[in-house]
Amino acid sequence: MGSEGHQAESSAAEIVFRDVTKRYPGRSAAAVDNLSLRIPAGEICVLVGPSGGGKTTAMKMVNRLIEITEGDILMDGQSVRSLEVIELRRRIGYVIQHVGLFPHMSIADNIATVPRLLGWSKSRIKSRVGELLELVGLDPVHDPGRYPRQLSGGQQQRVGLARAMAADPAVMLMDEPFGALDPITRERLQQEFLRLHAEIRKTVIFVTHDIDEAIKMGDRIAILREGGILAQYDTPDAILANPADEFVARFVGADRSLKRLALRRLSDIELLAVPNGDHSLYPTVAASTTLRDALALMLEEGRRELAVVDDGRVSGLCSVEHLAALLAPEEQQER
Amino acid sequence: MIFTSAASAPPPVIPNYGGPQGGAHGCIAQNGTFCWDWVKGHWGDILQPRLLEHLEMTAIAVGIGFAIAFLAALLAHRKHWFEGPFGAFSAFLYTIPSLALFQLLVPFTGLTMLTIEIGLVGYTLLILFRNILAGLHGVPEDVLEAARGMGLTRRQVLFRVELPLAFPAISAGVRIAVVTTISLATVAAYITPLGLGQPIFNGLQTDFTTEFVATGALAVALALAADTALVALQWAFTPWVRARRAT
Repeated sequence: MGSEGHQAESSAAEIVFRDVTKRYPGRSAAAVDNLSLRIPAGEICVLVGPSGGGKTTAMKMVNRLIEITEGDILMDGQSVRSLEVIELRRRIGYVIQHVGLFPHMSIADNIATVPRLLGWSKSRIKSRVGELLELVGLDPVHDPGRYPRQLSGGQQQRVGLARAMAADPAVMLMDEPFGALDPITRERLQQEFLRLHAEIRKTVIFVTHDIDEAIKMGDRIAILREGGILAQYDTPDAILANPADEFVARFVGADRSLKRLALRRLSDIELLAVPNGDHSLYPTVAASTTLRDALALMLEEGRRELAVVDDGRVSGLCSVEHLAALLAPEEQQER
Repeated sequence: MIFTSAASAPPPVIPNYGGPQGGAHGCIAQNGTFCWDWVKGHWGDILQPRLLEHLEMTAIAVGIGFAIAFLAALLAHRKHWFEGPFGAFSAFLYTIPSLALFQLLVPFTGLTMLTIEIGLVGYTLLILFRNILAGLHGVPEDVLEAARGMGLTRRQVLFRVELPLAFPAISAGVRIAVVTTISLATVAAYITPLGLGQPIFNGLQTDFTTEFVATGALAVALALAADTALVALQWAFTPWVRARRAT
């Protein structure tokens, strides 16, 4: 019903949690306690926190795999409770840690699941599958006919991503999507997902327990503490600069300044002029290097300054004091 | 084989079991362990018809048993309270000795095919119910969660995900049910002269060994053939199980 019409909205949707509470029967403590947050359309919001923080519960209330006890969640102003649950889920991409590919279906059939449910034509499904395989870095010629067990873990999660994006949903829910992968594959998929996201601009709710992943992936981070209470909701930089309380400070770690440095690259900051224009005295570093890696290089080289090379020529100097100054204002505010 | 001359040959043990015309000769007259002549002579009037009856009895029993067990397993899959009672009921049926069960049914359903089928169906239930349910329970939780999360209805989850994935377990159950039913159906001749059990009983009662040896061998061959056919069917329907794993 109305399958072709729904295609028009390839845009992302704003998600608003409005005083959302989840209580399980027979348990006095809430799993999610009065959660309110607004996720702008097209952004990645990471829900992070220790286990028992209710982050997965909060996410699953969006596609109503878990029913809301009190409050409401709005998708572009429309209550998820007012929509038919099957209809709602077909409009939301869903990616889980253990992927959950259908082992008895080929890769192509896995990806085609939701388009088929929506009654797309065969030719349209076929071209969409090819497009998606390419988008997630799989081989559109050899991979469609293979079965999930013939793929590596990383490839399986690529298929999981393609399957979730198949019907061009306005929102994607991702529950520790890279949690089961080895560190190298995880890193690569994180990078590729960010690149992909820059292209498709879906609203993404991303659950992880790993603060480093949250900092890397999130436009915004919501830190939930035990009992499903929102401890802080802000951009990664703002959270690292000004943790709301002791809990957040501990959760983001004592090295939060270093984490902040990792968020920016040398090309993002103002550099110092090279004294006398003579840069031959300094070790060089590429402008695409993060501030954190630049600092590591200084420590390694035993130097206080580096010459930053951008596009084959030295664009300026970066010093330890310079980096410290970038961190300083917020540190002082805190005291 | 000791008696080689016609003069010293004893009279045939079972004169009726001579050639098609009743004239006893050679191995048959001497009641050898296995007489190929007899098999050839009676393929058309004894062995083949009984074989087909046997196949029919088995197919009906497994077919009906499957239908009942399948619905019961679906119900138990949805409503967990149902698993215990139906499991106990089918296990109870399974423990009743077959002859006793047939005999118990005779006062109600007579010396008929119905009596036999009721008994045979009863014996398939435990195996089929357990295997179908095990297949449904064996579907990985993450696969189900993904299916639900993508907006498959309960019915779609059942038909597109759970049943296909349960298929290997279900077909394993059907194989066991078919083989045991083929074996058990020979007892049916005790009630009514149908199936391969009939020549076996005959052979036993008359001491003519060829008849029950040949029929017994046929029953074994039928079981093996049916099992092989089901394996082939399972193979054809589950290409995803054979797919070579990623290295």
